[in-house]
Amino acid sequence: MSDVEVKKIIKEFPGVKALDEVSFDVKDGEFFVLLGPTGAGKTTTLRVIAGLTKQEQGSIFFDGEPVDDLTPADRDVAFVFQQYSLYPTMSVYDNLAFPLRSPMRKMNEAEIKEQVEQAAEVLRISQLLERKCSHLSGGEMQRVSLGRALVREPRIFLMDEPLSNLDAKLRETLRIELQHIQKTQASTTLFVTHDQIEALTMADRIAVLDHGKIIQIGTPDDIYDRPATTFVAQLVGTPRINLVKAGRENGKLYVRNSSLYISLPQGWDPPKEFLLGIRPEDIKPDNEGEFEGVLTLLEPLGVETILHLTSGDQTLLSLIPGMTGFKIGDKIKFNITQERLYCFDNHGKSLLC
Amino acid sequence: MAEIELKQVEKKFGDLHAVKPLDLKINDGEFIVLLGPSGCGKTTTLRMISGLETVTGGIILLDGKNITWLHPSERNIAFVFQLYALYPHLSVRQNIAFPLQAEGESRDVINQRVDEVVDLLRIRHLLNARPGKLSGGDQQRVALARALVRRPKAFLMDEPLGALDADFRESMRAEIKQLHIDQNATSIYVTHDQVEAMAMGDRIVVMSEAVIQQVGSPDEVYYKPANLFVANFIGSPGMNLVHGNYSDGELIMPGMDNRYSIPEDWQQALSEELDGSKELIIGFRPESAHLSQDGNLTGTVYAVDLHGAYTMLHINMNENDIVHIRADRMVKYALGEKVRFNLDPEMVRFFNPKTESAIRRREVVQ
Repeated sequence: MSDVEVKKIIKEFPGVKALDEVSFDVKDGEFFVLLGPTGAGKTTTLRVIAGLTKQEQGSIFFDGEPVDDLTPADRDVAFVFQQYSLYPTMSVYDNLAFPLRSPMRKMNEAEIKEQVEQAAEVLRISQLLERKCSHLSGGEMQRVSLGRALVREPRIFLMDEPLSNLDAKLRETLRIELQHIQKTQASTTLFVTHDQIEALTMADRIAVLDHGKIIQIGTPDDIYDRPATTFVAQLVGTPRINLVKAGRENGKLYVRNSSLYISLPQGWDPPKEFLLGIRPEDIKPDNEGEFEGVLTLLEPLGVETILHLTSGDQTLLSLIPGMTGFKIGDKIKFNITQERLYCFDNHGKSLLC
Repeated sequence: MAEIELKQVEKKFGDLHAVKPLDLKINDGEFIVLLGPSGCGKTTTLRMISGLETVTGGIILLDGKNITWLHPSERNIAFVFQLYALYPHLSVRQNIAFPLQAEGESRDVINQRVDEVVDLLRIRHLLNARPGKLSGGDQQRVALARALVRRPKAFLMDEPLGALDADFRESMRAEIKQLHIDQNATSIYVTHDQVEAMAMGDRIVVMSEAVIQQVGSPDEVYYKPANLFVANFIGSPGMNLVHGNYSDGELIMPGMDNRYSIPEDWQQALSEELDGSKELIIGFRPESAHLSQDGNLTGTVYAVDLHGAYTMLHINMNENDIVHIRADRMVKYALGEKVRFNLDPEMVRFFNPKTESAIRRREVVQ
């Protein structure tokens, strides 16, 4: 497998700068996720790396060598799309064998058989090998698509939202499989998604993109715990982070339009006006709690419950484990985990990083 | 206000039995969610209640009155679709007023009712805009306002949040529930999303393959699933379900030396249910397993996920069973590492693999 360096890529489409000096590098064997909303430039980045789209400026390097002048085929990458592109009339075996039968490879059928069977085993589709692709379920088809990428042993895997057309249960299962395969094979993988859960759960590192620009690169822990901007903070975590206007008064910080006054965390020196971020799991009901709110809505999810706590005109979401006996209208005392508060200036830039 | 009752209602499309005869009673003011994967019959059920689809058999009662063969417009039930279905050439005000105009209401009544609903949904500032200029969330609010303005007896919603992105879904979900709390109109809500169902429903009707699998509160379907389908469908990931052999008060699972001592209060029910057979499925939620060095169950780490607030460990117990365990996110685990865990004895469930049904423990009378 190879490492990848993406250096100052600029790509313009009529009227839009799709990629604006995008730079990052992916280490050999790394699972690297590009995360962002629709139109952020994720897929364009992937296509530039594959050679399917030509950039205006900047360069792509594989193992230190520029590949800008190589054709997509010569770059030797495997691309897995959202829509599985299998040959419906061929068996699963023939679909997997197809890339290996390319005349360029000069492999004999015995070698091909060995590789196909190995990939099928990894993806748990051995029992499907004889089946026609048109007779497969969506989840099985996507496994076969992944298998076809896997047998080729490419330098790099490029995956463009490969799980997004599957239903929730299948997505969950394949996510775990994909992560396991990638880790055990140590394949260099670039994975594009708009789904923050996929990004947090699978990535070694995440690059957050918005409007063609990289906003932050970091491990899932970095992105979740140390977001560089409010955009990143709101992109990861369900329910969303509480983001409220706050001010500074008499050595305390207070949440506007509420009765919440919070002691200033150590080392903080916020301006008079700023944005305060509190993750829902850091608002913890406690009979002896320092703060109080009225429970205006309750959303039981089974494993946890979302409480909507209203103080003045502000409503904060709190996430607690399990089910609860609280009733709407209850006054609830709570604490806020001070060392996990976030602070952003009025432009949304973190004041803690 | 409305109470809705379905008696042996069914629907066939040619050879396809889309909804098998079902009974369901929806109480006045209740928020009921019909939940299931696509093709389970939930939307067809909703459409039969609305009158958009005829029934093949059975009757539908609204406040005790048989409405089975009434035209949709005579049922006084409002329908909100997945797609907003707003008139693009009309303003927001005209869109909301439309159903009242169609009924020939006076201008004063129309203005007063439109005023009420726009305040309720906080969309007054949008009254003169065209729907095409609005965000997805605002379009959905306008669609809700148009349904509410008729003051229907009941509200039917077919995946109204399906087209919205994740963020909007979360906040609209809360808004619709808040609206229900304020209005208390009987509501039937269709979704394939179990999170939405849990968060919103007073009761959830879980459907699969044209049949109701379970009707219960979020608590009940989560903690006491009626069968394997519900156990797996509710929760993300679903309940861990592991096959084993029952013998002498122990469940012996394949793979590593995994023996689980079955809590005493279960043993009688299990012996009776299994009637000599040995096969048994144990079920436990990811949060009901606890990692511990002296745990009596074991496996190797297959994958590790960070979920923000916590970590999910996927543990390979044997070749066929990967179980999911919620863990503290601050502790890090390596792939292939051997871990041990215990199960919370109060939270384990058992299923009969032959019937796929949950086995019920005899309730202890205090």
